[in-house]
Amino acid sequence: MPEMNFIQAINTALAEELRHDPATFMMGLDIWVGAFGATSGLTDEFGAERILNAPISEAGYAGAGVGAAMAGMRPIVEIEFASFFYCCWDQVCNQAAKLRYMSGGQADIPITFRAVCGAVGSAAAQHSETVYSQFMSVPGLKIVVPSGAYDMKGLLKSAIRDNNPVLVFEHLKLGRSKEEVPEEEYLVPIGQAAVKREGSDVTIVAIGYMVSQALKAAKALEEDGISAEVIDPRSLIPLDEETILSSVAKTHNVLVVDEGHLRCGAAAEISAVIADKGFDSLDAPVKRLAAPDVPVPFSPPLEKFILPNDKKISATVKEMLG
Amino acid sequence: MADTTLSTDKLLDMYRTMQTIRQFESRVRDIFQEGQIPGFVHVSIGEEASATGVAAALTEQDYITSTHRGHGHLIAKGGEVKPMMAELFGKKTGYCKGKGGSMHIANFELGILGANGIVGAGLPIATGAGLAAKVRGSSEVAACFFGDGASNEGTFHESLNIASSWKLPVVYVCENNLYGEFTAGKDVTSVKDIADRARGHDMPGVVVNGNDVVEVYEATSQAVERARKGEGPTLIECKTYRWEGHVVGEEAFLGKRSYRPSDEIEAWKKRCPLITFEQRFVPDPFSQEEIDAVQAEVKQAIDDAVQFAQDSPYPEPEEALEDMFSAA
Ligand SMILES: Cc1ncc(C[n+]2csc(CCOP(=O)(O)OP(=O)(O)O)c2C)c(N)n1
Ligand SMILES: [Mg+2]
Repeated sequence: MPEMNFIQAINTALAEELRHDPATFMMGLDIWVGAFGATSGLTDEFGAERILNAPISEAGYAGAGVGAAMAGMRPIVEIEFASFFYCCWDQVCNQAAKLRYMSGGQADIPITFRAVCGAVGSAAAQHSETVYSQFMSVPGLKIVVPSGAYDMKGLLKSAIRDNNPVLVFEHLKLGRSKEEVPEEEYLVPIGQAAVKREGSDVTIVAIGYMVSQALKAAKALEEDGISAEVIDPRSLIPLDEETILSSVAKTHNVLVVDEGHLRCGAAAEISAVIADKGFDSLDAPVKRLAAPDVPVPFSPPLEKFILPNDKKISATVKEMLG
Repeated sequence: MADTTLSTDKLLDMYRTMQTIRQFESRVRDIFQEGQIPGFVHVSIGEEASATGVAAALTEQDYITSTHRGHGHLIAKGGEVKPMMAELFGKKTGYCKGKGGSMHIANFELGILGANGIVGAGLPIATGAGLAAKVRGSSEVAACFFGDGASNEGTFHESLNIASSWKLPVVYVCENNLYGEFTAGKDVTSVKDIADRARGHDMPGVVVNGNDVVEVYEATSQAVERARKGEGPTLIECKTYRWEGHVVGEEAFLGKRSYRPSDEIEAWKKRCPLITFEQRFVPDPFSQEEIDAVQAEVKQAIDDAVQFAQDSPYPEPEEALEDMFSAA
């Protein structure tokens, strides 16, 4: 099977869906260049009418996407860095998320928002957040966080075809990571977790870039005689509770790892689900590993201190299993 | 009319400031490329006159807000190159103890309310600094630097409306360098002159040669005078150009694609703010020796700043958890 990196996976998914459905079109900053390469070449094939280079007006063009979706189109809106979502919060959370419900189910809002997320190395507080957790408490949005090229491509295609607002978060650190990606078309359904590695002593639920860190940690733990299972939820909304709970039923121990903030983060929600519905399976309290509740600092030693990584994951698991 | 007569001392100070910005930025670019500065760095080479001319019309008590391309604004408002350079290196001795970096340098003592990583975010903040002065009845003015691209954000329009409606002492300074990232302003902006947008908010909108420090200074002085008299805000558009990429190292994103014609870059280099100054003021009132001496003095200061940054320690990792909440 041919290999593809994460950015190429985004690029081919976009191109395929733009070809597949004439109602699709894109808006974003500098997308004719594709600052990270994800949209490069799309203007050549689809023209400037469908690949719209937007002004720096997030509320304006995100909202225009919502309106276009209500009027029968299937927009794909790029928000560059996830922290810029804050500039169009109303359009995503008050409009895209609620309009279907508020109108008594009259309007589908088939819109996809894409953003780069996560700490990429001293990009500092306003360019390093994951942001998806904040959206998790907004009913009406689906949230997808792929951890590699294969899922990226299949999930993005599903997101675009979904008749609801879907937010896709693309961790910039995964940009050059490669995976085998089939040449023939495939979709990865939204709402299905993946068991990335099987194990019997502990379940590590990891999100996005943290999946790679959890897999590294699992390898190291194996040398210490600890067998870790790694689960990638792939989408946070809807959350595949069943896969997570049945893993916990097998291992009886669980660590939830997220790069976002600890308080009210994605790890908190997943932990609460496990505590609610999997309590009887647990030998020990659910444990979370996430970033402390401070903005992401600029200086390299500070940034390193707050971010979870493979070493912190394996150390936490060892502590848990004592 | 504001008294905008410039003493030779003040003129030479402005030249020194522009030299400092030019040399600081050039060194930062080089050091970034060598890998000593982490993160993203946006330099303002070619745009030294707007930062300098605006700040020269302000007092130490006045406020500024800056942008992702903010080193020049900070230097012009009195920022010292040592703690600035140290901040860019992520060192403990930096203005923000390494927490902010290039895009978030601030020094509140000098009235520098911060560079900003969010395009357009400085506009309401500067408006609020002007509001503070108005509410407490003090005389400070806030100058707000932002780019042509930022003038397409809602915050621009909302801020101008607020400041105009409430007659706030704010000077909005748009540094129009024709591009926002890799997109030409003309492709995504409804007006040719950003200054035209002032009309929609019933305030003066002025276009100046942003590469002529004296012209910038004079326009700002008038706007500051108007602001201090309680007559409200002004929008000044400085036509200028960035010589370097949007971010240092943008070639890595762009590959072979280019978004600016090279003859355009060359034409603007001929309109260099420093050369414009030298052509007008050398040999009268300044001798070439005086100009050379300033250059040498600035070079020494930048060398010292780099040394200082290199020699400074990183913060301790645990310091990541400090500075969150005030104790009070
Ligand atoms: C809200 C927001 N959107 C997008 C960006 C990404 N971005 C950083 S700088 C920039 C271009 C800004 O253009 P302009 O205001 O003209 O300033 P210049 O870079 O030309 O100095 C963009 C789009 C951002 N930092 N913040
Ligand atoms: Mg610009």
